[in-house]
Amino acid sequence: MNSADFFHMGGYGLYVWGSYGVALAVLALNVALAHQHQRRVLRTITRSARRDRSCA
Amino acid sequence: MWVWLHKFGSPKYFYNVSGKILPWVGGATVLLILVGLYLGLFASPADYQQRDSVRIMYIHVPSAWNSMFIYLVMAAAAAIGLIWNIKIADIAAAVSAPIGASFTFITLVTGSLWGKPMWGTWWEWDARLTSELILLFLYLGYIALQSAFEDRRTAARASAVLAIVGAVNVPIIYYSVQWWNTLHQPQSLGVGMSTIHASMLLPLLLMALGFKLLYVTLLLMRTRTEVLERERNSAWVQELAQALSGKSSSDQVRSSNEQR
Amino acid sequence: MTPRRRRLMIVLLILLAVGVAAALTLNAFRGNLVFFYGPSQLAGVEKVHERNLRLGGLVEQGSVKREDDGLTVHFNVTDNVTTVPVTYKGILPDLFREGQGVVAQGRLNAGGEFMAEEVLAKHDENYMPPEVAAALKQASEAGGKTPQFTGTLMMQGGSNK
Repeated sequence: MNSADFFHMGGYGLYVWGSYGVALAVLALNVALAHQHQRRVLRTITRSARRDRSCA
Repeated sequence: MWVWLHKFGSPKYFYNVSGKILPWVGGATVLLILVGLYLGLFASPADYQQRDSVRIMYIHVPSAWNSMFIYLVMAAAAAIGLIWNIKIADIAAAVSAPIGASFTFITLVTGSLWGKPMWGTWWEWDARLTSELILLFLYLGYIALQSAFEDRRTAARASAVLAIVGAVNVPIIYYSVQWWNTLHQPQSLGVGMSTIHASMLLPLLLMALGFKLLYVTLLLMRTRTEVLERERNSAWVQELAQALSGKSSSDQVRSSNEQR
Repeated sequence: MTPRRRRLMIVLLILLAVGVAAALTLNAFRGNLVFFYGPSQLAGVEKVHERNLRLGGLVEQGSVKREDDGLTVHFNVTDNVTTVPVTYKGILPDLFREGQGVVAQGRLNAGGEFMAEEVLAKHDENYMPPEVAAALKQASEAGGKTPQFTGTLMMQGGSNK
């Protein structure tokens, strides 16, 4: 199978790649948002911990 | 069982244990999905009727299974939170909703992209399609209800009732193709039966397992974050924060030591 | 009764109430939530000539005839008991072929012919590579028995009523 055939998908390329594309985008966004939220929360609590220490 | 549930329900214990298993679950997720994608897109044959469009199945069906599975987990967690007042269960239910909504959305979009070339329509109001759309609205309603209340306990209680009531929709989705005449074809897989050829069944099952583990990964990530945020004033989070900030500011500490 | 016990009872009651409500609605809907009628069911539909409805079944082998305009198609929809002739003008979906399932939307005219405005293909739940399908077909022709994957006639709704 050459690469042009692969992307063409027997004429269903738009539908097949559209499906995989939408799924990838939505799932990647889920992982990215979860990761970003985790980092934001960690940064907030470490910052306040550092502030506490410098006050003490 | 109850001892274990309460132990695992303790935020600190949960945070530590989940931190240990998360990398393994995440690694397995990536591996399964990569192998599943390779088999699904390259190494599996086209269908005798649907030709290459059948490859949409490897995304559509695992997403559809997850959309129902996550709802049941969410409803069960919400019920546990409501009855036994376990915080971790409330959190697990709340963070499951956007993940489940994502998989439901993927199911509907890929189904539409599959239905157009095969059936000749993007959308039909048949029982299977309509009940899956209702599932998306249930997820969205749950998310809306969660954010409608200032108080977390009230929000958890109100949305738990919705989640539990909405759970009746899941068997309706599952059995719709048996109960009614639908455009959607009947079940291909069941206990001890399959009308999918082995060469196509393998990528389907790998992707399904990969998507399940992806849900577990996302669930653990989001629950851990939520636990930290809600418990930020407790002693164990303070300790953890001290340790983390100590690590990241150790360079500063060293340089100040050298000056002395 | 402890508060925990009471909450458990409330949840169980909600579940019970919803379960009963759902069972009742499902029962009421059973007759109404029909996406399509099979050829044999069509006779039982009230005021069938005045209603816009869907007809579902298999395209009869050898029944597809195209007119010279290239758009108008005649074919028979069958459930192997009753056969209804269908006329449709328009583009057919990729999966439309003889022996496969279809769902046509339109009206039954006085002459008993179904005038379709839309034709959708309905496929079965079997998935296999072309070589396997060919081998199955060959085996069934040689052995004179039906192939292992027969494909449901999607008429399971036909049994109720």
